[in-house]
Amino acid sequence: MTVAVQGETARTTPRKSPLHRIKYSYDRYWYAWAMCLPVVLVLGAIVGYPLIQGIYLSFTDATSQNVGRTIGANHIPDTYSWVGLTNYVGILTGANNQFWPHLFWTIAWTVACVVLTYAIGLALAVVLNRDIRARGLYRMLLILPWAVPTFVTIFAWRLILADDGAVNQLLALLHITGPSWLSDPLAQKVAAVGVNIWCGVPFMMVSLLGGLQAIPRELHEAAEMDGATAWQRFVNVTLPGLRPVSSTVILLGVIWTFNQFNVIFLLFGTNSDSVQILVTYAYKLFFGQQPQDYASSAAVGILCLSLLVVFTSVYRRWLKRNDEGALA
Amino acid sequence: MTTAHATTRTRAAAPRPGTRRRTSSSLTLHGALTVMAFIAVFPIVWIAYISLGGDKFDYQHPARILNHPTLANYGHVIQDTNFATWMLNSVIVALGTTVIGVLIAASAGYAVSRMRFLGRGTLMYTFLLTQMFPVAVLMVPLYKIMANLGLLDTYSGLILIYCSTAVPYCAWLLKGYFDTIPVDIDEAGRIDGLSPFGTFWRLIAPLARPGLSVAAFYTFITAWGEVAYASHFMLSEDQYTLAVGLQTYVSQFNSQWNYMAATSVLIAIPAALVFYVVQKHLVAGLTSGGTKG
Repeated sequence: MTVAVQGETARTTPRKSPLHRIKYSYDRYWYAWAMCLPVVLVLGAIVGYPLIQGIYLSFTDATSQNVGRTIGANHIPDTYSWVGLTNYVGILTGANNQFWPHLFWTIAWTVACVVLTYAIGLALAVVLNRDIRARGLYRMLLILPWAVPTFVTIFAWRLILADDGAVNQLLALLHITGPSWLSDPLAQKVAAVGVNIWCGVPFMMVSLLGGLQAIPRELHEAAEMDGATAWQRFVNVTLPGLRPVSSTVILLGVIWTFNQFNVIFLLFGTNSDSVQILVTYAYKLFFGQQPQDYASSAAVGILCLSLLVVFTSVYRRWLKRNDEGALA
Repeated sequence: MTTAHATTRTRAAAPRPGTRRRTSSSLTLHGALTVMAFIAVFPIVWIAYISLGGDKFDYQHPARILNHPTLANYGHVIQDTNFATWMLNSVIVALGTTVIGVLIAASAGYAVSRMRFLGRGTLMYTFLLTQMFPVAVLMVPLYKIMANLGLLDTYSGLILIYCSTAVPYCAWLLKGYFDTIPVDIDEAGRIDGLSPFGTFWRLIAPLARPGLSVAAFYTFITAWGEVAYASHFMLSEDQYTLAVGLQTYVSQFNSQWNYMAATSVLIAIPAALVFYVVQKHLVAGLTSGGTKG
C-alpha cells in the first residue's frame, strides 16, 4: 500500500473525471479518511444532524407544548407544523422588535472585546518575549485566569462587582460612588466587556507569544543594525511575522466572543435585558419563558450562524487577497 | 527546523545587545507586569479569601474574615452535601473527554497534516464552522437524539457532546503542530515498515508531546467548566457535574456565598493541577501555524 506523505509526489494527481478522481483518491488515501472518520462521525451525529433538525425547527411553530415528549410511559407525539418564514419575518420586522438592538449590542460587544483583548494580549506577549527577570513567574500568573473554570471565576467577579463588593469599596476609599455593576444598564456593559477581556487575554497572550518565538531573531538583529527604532522594528518585523497567528486568533476570537454564552449568562442571568447578546437572547426565548419558544430561538440561532459564516468567508477572502498582495 | 521549545532556550542564553536601555526601562516594565499579574490573580485569590469567612455576608466586610478565618465552609461542603459525588462525575466526564477527544483530534490532525487527500480543506473549514454554532440551535434536537440513543443522564452522552465542542479546535492546533515536525521522520518510519498509523503512534505522537499536552489541557478545561449542556442533559442529582451542582447551591442554601466560595476553590484545584503540569508546554504547543510561517 502506498501512502502519500506531504511532498513532491503528492501534487501529481492526474486531472481526470470526478469519479476517477474519487476512486483514485480512495485507493490512495483510504487510510487518511479512516483516521479522520472518528471525528467526522462524532461531529456528524452531535453537530450536523441536530443542525439540520434545528434549521427545520426554525421554519415551524414548535414550542415546549407541541414538541413530542415522553412522560412516564406515555409518549406524546409532535404536533407542531410548518409555518415557512413566519418566524424570521417576526424576528426581523415584528412589532416591539428585540432583534436589532441585541444585534447592535452584540456587534459592539464583539468588536470591543476582540480589539482590547488582542491589544492587551499582544502587549503582554511582547514584554514576556524579552529576557526579563522572573519571566516564568509572570507568565504563569498571567495565564492563571484561563486555568480556572469560567463558572468559578465569574462567580468570583460577581462577588467583586456586587454593590458592596471589593470594587465599589475601593472606589469609596477614593470618595467615588461606584455604580451598581450588575444592574445598571451602562455599567453592566462595561462590566461584561471587562470580565470577558479578563477571561480572554491569557489565550491571546499565549498564542501570540508562540508566534513571536517563531519569528527568526536574525530579522530583528538585521533591522536593528540598519538603524530601525524599536517602534519601526515592531511595525515592520514583529507585526508581519505574527500575521499567520494573528489572523487565526482574531477569527477565533470573533467567533468565540460573538457566541460567548458563559460570561453574560453567569454574570447577569437572563433577567437584565439590555446586556443580553444574541446567543443569550436565543437562550432566553428557549428556557427563560413559558411556553418555551423553540422555533424562534432556533431561528435566532440560525441568524447568528449565518452572520458568522458570512463574516468568516469575507475575512478569509480578505486575508487571501492581502497575502497575495504581500507576496507579489 | 527547530521546534519552538528549542528556540526559547537558545534565546534565553544569548545576551542581548543594547543592555543599557534595558536597565532604564526595566522598572516600568516590572511595574506594569506586576499590576497586570495582580489583576489576573486577584479574583482567584479573593474567592479563596472569602471562602474562609464563616458568614454569608462576609464578602461585604472582608476585614472581618481576617480576625477569625475558619475552614468550616469546607467541612460543611465536603461532609453535608453531594459534593463528592459531583466531583467524581466531573472527573469521569472531563478525563473521558480528554482521552477520547485528544486521541481522535490527533489522528485527524495528523491525517490532514501529512496526507493530501480529497476533502482535507473542507474538513478543516468544517472544523471552524462547528465553532460557530450557538447552543440554542442544537439544544432541542440534541436532546431528542440523546433520548433516542438512551444517552440522557449518562457520562458517555456528555463526553460525546464535549468532544464535539473541543475536538475541532484541538485538531486545528495539532495539525499546525504536526506541520512543524519534519516529514523525514515519517519517511524513515515507513522505510522501516511501519503503517501510517504506526508512524503516527510510535514516532510522531511522542515528538508532539507539547502540542498534545496543550490539546489535553484545552479539552479538560472545556469539559470541566461547561454549564449549559450539563445542566439540561444530566437529570438526576447523583449524575450532576460540579457546574450543575454549584447552581443548585444558590437556591438550596439561599445564596450562601461562603459555601459557594469554598466549593469554587475546591473545583478550581483539579484544574489548577492540570494547568501546573502542562504550563511549561503551553507556549511551545500553541505555536502551531506560526512556525510554519
